Amino acid sequence: MQADTATAWPDEIFGLFKRHAIRQVALVPDAGHARLIQLCAADNTIELVTLSSEQEGIALLAGAWLGGVKGVLLMQSSGVGNCINMLSLAINHRTPMPMIVTMRGDFGEFNPAQVPMGHATQTVLEAMGTLVHRADRAEDVVPTVDSTLRLAFNTLRPAATLIGQRVLGAKTFSKE
Amino acid sequence: MTDDLIGPSGRLDRRAMCRAVLAERGDMLVIAGLGAPAWDITAIGDCAENFPLWGGMGGAAMIGLGLALAQPQRKVLVITGDGEMLMGLGSVATIAVKRPPNLAILVEDNEQYGETGRQDTHTKFGVDLVAMAAGAGFPRTMKVTAPGELAALRAAIHAPGCLFALAKIDPAPKPLVLPPREGAYLQARMRESVMGPAAHHQV
Repeated sequence: MQADTATAWPDEIFGLFKRHAIRQVALVPDAGHARLIQLCAADNTIELVTLSSEQEGIALLAGAWLGGVKGVLLMQSSGVGNCINMLSLAINHRTPMPMIVTMRGDFGEFNPAQVPMGHATQTVLEAMGTLVHRADRAEDVVPTVDSTLRLAFNTLRPAATLIGQRVLGAKTFSKE
Repeated sequence: MTDDLIGPSGRLDRRAMCRAVLAERGDMLVIAGLGAPAWDITAIGDCAENFPLWGGMGGAAMIGLGLALAQPQRKVLVITGDGEMLMGLGSVATIAVKRPPNLAILVEDNEQYGETGRQDTHTKFGVDLVAMAAGAGFPRTMKVTAPGELAALRAAIHAPGCLFALAKIDPAPKPLVLPPREGAYLQARMRESVMGPAAHHQV
């Protein structure tokens, strides 16, 4: 993985947000999204909404769409578990619901507690009618997120990009 | 059709309260939590500016937040139950932080899960949602218990400033008045009401 590619994709996702006229960004923070969150916070055309729990973001974006505003939900894979029942809203109402998920419990994980939900993330999203695509190389992140945004808004349904730990690097718990 | 303002328990009648709150509502958009609040707003009059929920328990207030931020010129009112609000307590904090001035939340508190056999909710044992909302930072909070306060409640909803209000209501069940069940229709009609026919071509 090239260092320039690794640092460029959050900026390019932000560019996609601008191109797709995204005006609400809902999130529970994840280290993998830190740069993107910073860019969104600095943009005064984007309403950044920090959530107590990820399921709030599904409901928030359903309300935004009622008012004609396009939004995106950013979260870590563990947060996907918090969204499951609330995704009923997107299915029942045919609401565009794009999600960008940074993976934990994935390639090279150290923390055993991250593995159960990380292992189940794609399965439970698909069980709730979500179109899921993974990006496991830095160069795949931007086209995959672009595809997720198009699928969500063009076909009126939940869609997710999972950004793998191969791209993000596993969290380290020591100085090594 | 009218309802007495007070129910058998001596508390406010939920339908009469809804009728008072929704009188001369203008172009206000209304989200109703699943169960009795959805039946209530439908009993007063179903329309494109109503978004009654059939699911998504715990999400009603956040739908209101997303809509209020998207349409800052429109008043948005969320009417929901105490059980539904308890399931979304974190959203009370989230909304208080954003506090859009065009958003009002009204909890119809009957201290029961009315749809599932009238089991007690936490509010029956003194959990104070108004105090929680004030503690979260809502700039305006209001607790209503008497018919004489309904005019002030309606005025508070229409006034600028993010509001969290709660009315203690009679727990007696009311006749079911069901809204349309088709979620895509409910969403599309409100979007068209907000944006006109262009709503159906948004990408």
